[in-house]
Amino acid sequence: MIHEIILSGFGGQGIMAMGKMLAEAGMQEGLSVNWLPSYGPEVRGGTANCSVMLSSEPIVSPIVLEPTEIIVMNKPSLLRFEPELVSGGIAFINSSIIEIPATRRDINAFYVPCLDIASELGNPRAANMVMLGAYIEVTQCLHQKTVEKMLTHLFTGAKAGLVALNKEALRRGAACILRAAC
Amino acid sequence: MAKELWKGNEAVAEAAIRAGCRYFFGYPITPQNEIPEYFARHMPEHDGVFLQAESEVAAINMAYGAAGSGARVMTSSSSPGISLKQEGISYIAGAELPVVIVNMMRGGPGLGSIAPGQSDYFQATRGGGNGDYRTVVLAPATIQEMTDLTQEAFDIADLYRIPVLVLADGMIGQMMEAVEWKKPKARKLPAKGWATDGTKGKREHNIINSLFIDPKDCTQHNQNLQKKHDLITQNEIRFEEYLTDDAEVLFVAYGTTARICQSAAIKLREAGVKAGVFRPISLWPYPEKELYLCANRGCVKTVVCAEMSMGQMIDDVKIALNGSKPVRFIGSGGGTFPTSAELMAAAHTALEGV
Repeated sequence: MIHEIILSGFGGQGIMAMGKMLAEAGMQEGLSVNWLPSYGPEVRGGTANCSVMLSSEPIVSPIVLEPTEIIVMNKPSLLRFEPELVSGGIAFINSSIIEIPATRRDINAFYVPCLDIASELGNPRAANMVMLGAYIEVTQCLHQKTVEKMLTHLFTGAKAGLVALNKEALRRGAACILRAAC
Repeated sequence: MAKELWKGNEAVAEAAIRAGCRYFFGYPITPQNEIPEYFARHMPEHDGVFLQAESEVAAINMAYGAAGSGARVMTSSSSPGISLKQEGISYIAGAELPVVIVNMMRGGPGLGSIAPGQSDYFQATRGGGNGDYRTVVLAPATIQEMTDLTQEAFDIADLYRIPVLVLADGMIGQMMEAVEWKKPKARKLPAKGWATDGTKGKREHNIINSLFIDPKDCTQHNQNLQKKHDLITQNEIRFEEYLTDDAEVLFVAYGTTARICQSAAIKLREAGVKAGVFRPISLWPYPEKELYLCANRGCVKTVVCAEMSMGQMIDDVKIALNGSKPVRFIGSGGGTFPTSAELMAAAHTALEGV
């Protein structure tokens, strides 16, 4: 099993954090993992992306050129990374702000209104966790429980109140996929 | 021990602290800024010193001073910043002091680019400073290996009283991978009787210097250094072979590029081409005999040297192989890397050319 994922969106959408959550959870489940951010002369409001590899085999090359999945949180990211997706790959599209569909016929696309869902929960910043919940539900590459447990360690002290919100965000993301499948 | 997810730059700093490094002097430069950031945050917890110097030149000379007093010390930078440190590195080597230096290479020459590169191989292995000196050069390919090698770098530096360079690239610095913290193999390290740590009125002054007014003394000094270099060449060579047993085409690559070569080797084998990878881990001393043996003991028909540069390590590959096998080069400089598809194509071309 190998997942080569590119996550991309505006700076501030929690792209890097989402990627780190995936890598950390993968490691906790005994997978080989790698997280690689794009770094460069980035600008505020520009596009940020990172790649994550989750593999049951040891990872050799850390470079993702043909992702098996893309998680795109804004339109420029969809335009940039849809062509790179491997044939038969999956696109996870933030349909709250991306108003166009994926164009390729040889891929699967899931439209997740993650920003709307997060706003309903009272915190638009949890949109990344809604998307993560959807991603895990579709790919089944990890157990939702592993991520939920990590949240308890991540948000402590003054931020402990965010645990429940983020858990709910994960659940709503997964539920959104289940509903679409019915 | 449990695995932890670490970013390369932070892992190298933590490894230094675990190895007993309590002094860090540096100056910011992308893509290694998380190294000084980590030290700034965590050195105080260990009663250590983090100091952001006014320049790279100042930082390397502060490291020179700290090493002279017998402390474990590190400085880090990326390519153009390492160029600025060369004078200090030559002095430290001349004064025979243990310092660990990290270079998270980026594209060059000059200010180049901030993307990962491997074009400081000549500088690292031939010396950018003056004189007949050497630095031990360790080139990790994974973050696990970088944490292991960084800890050991301090022991090697202390044992031989020599600067040790940890040579990685911006990609290794920026990425996160699982790390299991391990202690390096125990070495018997000599006491630092040479350190200028105060006579307390009980001994003669120690003098740390790289100047010898009488050329005869300087010649003797050079001969002593050479003996040390020969000993290091005998004891400190490291390399890794990957799928080499029946390989017909052999990639030679280090660091990140070696990992892309490994991926290309797997894909080539799926397509029926027997490919393997020889990965030097110590770039100086170079695994010269080991590479020759690897290329000549079995079925290797041709060798492909791959680098994130326009061709630097290939000189050492040619010296090692001594004309015994055809050698081709594939690489790209300035901050880009050869892809696995390009490496596969290079392997095919090399085999067709045999």
